Amino acid sequence: MSKFRKKGSKEVPEVSTSSLPDIVFMLLFFFMVSTTMREVTLKVKITLPEATELSKMEKKSLVSFIYVGPPHRQFQKVFGTEPRIQLNDQFANVSDIIDFIVAERESRDEAEVPSMVTSLKVDEYTKMGIVQDIKQELRKASALHINYSSRKRAKLN
Amino acid sequence: MARKTPAVPSASLADIAFMLLIFFLVTTTMDVDSGLERRLPPMPPDNQEDDKTPPIKERNVFVVLVNSKDQLLVENEFLSIGQLREKAKEFMANPNDDPSLPEKTIKEVPYFGPVGITKGVISLQNHVGTSYGTYIAVQNELVGAINDLRNELAEQKFGKAFDKLDKDKQEAIKEIYPSRISEAEPKRVGGK
Repeated sequence: MSKFRKKGSKEVPEVSTSSLPDIVFMLLFFFMVSTTMREVTLKVKITLPEATELSKMEKKSLVSFIYVGPPHRQFQKVFGTEPRIQLNDQFANVSDIIDFIVAERESRDEAEVPSMVTSLKVDEYTKMGIVQDIKQELRKASALHINYSSRKRAKLN
Repeated sequence: MARKTPAVPSASLADIAFMLLIFFLVTTTMDVDSGLERRLPPMPPDNQEDDKTPPIKERNVFVVLVNSKDQLLVENEFLSIGQLREKAKEFMANPNDDPSLPEKTIKEVPYFGPVGITKGVISLQNHVGTSYGTYIAVQNELVGAINDLRNELAEQKFGKAFDKLDKDKQEAIKEIYPSRISEAEPKRVGGK
């Protein structure tokens, strides 16, 4: 009756490792992607301020970014340590903002232009003078819908 | 002599597809940008010389001043940022019709009937030397005050948070508590 009972050591089957590369690839992809893919390389240092009353920006394709902050170390020799404006990939002056907004508008569909948002990514310690100048320029360009980019803070009290 | 081409193994096709799927899943949701949403006032027309708008009464204006040392002066009182929200809420709501707080106009609002709507305006003025962090914190408190009031009213009337209401109910509440924050040009006087 011991027809079915096998004698000898019953080996545990080895764990298949053939799918390991896939898993590794997936992890690789995950990390490649989640480490913020930016379209522009930041040349300024930005620590965003914290806020609680945030709203999310819905259509990312309609957002144009203006970065303001002190330049990174490798640019400090040329551009100094005072906060500067960065549009796309280069440092810019306040007077360039109108052109930037116009260019951004032209690159979008005409029907989408009214719902365009300008996001200001400004370093916490920047003085308001420069921000105010930017806002004036945006008003002149009638890009009135803006978003002060900020980080989520846990609610007080 | 035609040699058969070996079949391309299709066992890994699923894996490739999965990878692509995951790739797109991740790229579309990661790194959500969020921030304080504001609308700038349009540029005044150049030929605007005679100002026909009637002056706003003192009691209807909630003045917030921020100086270059990031200190707050709210309605002629030194306040910390933490106290600002309560103060702004009290101003916008004016529950006891205090004569020093803003006037109200009675208006018919859907779902609510005739309601006294505040004429209050929050005026924010900062110095050129104010730091952006403080500016955002102040803005946040002011926006938060109005959001709090709207939420409280929504809870009281509909038993739901403001965000979860229908569009027309939201509009009704927005009419009762309008978001009126005006920003003055910053002062350039007073040194750096």
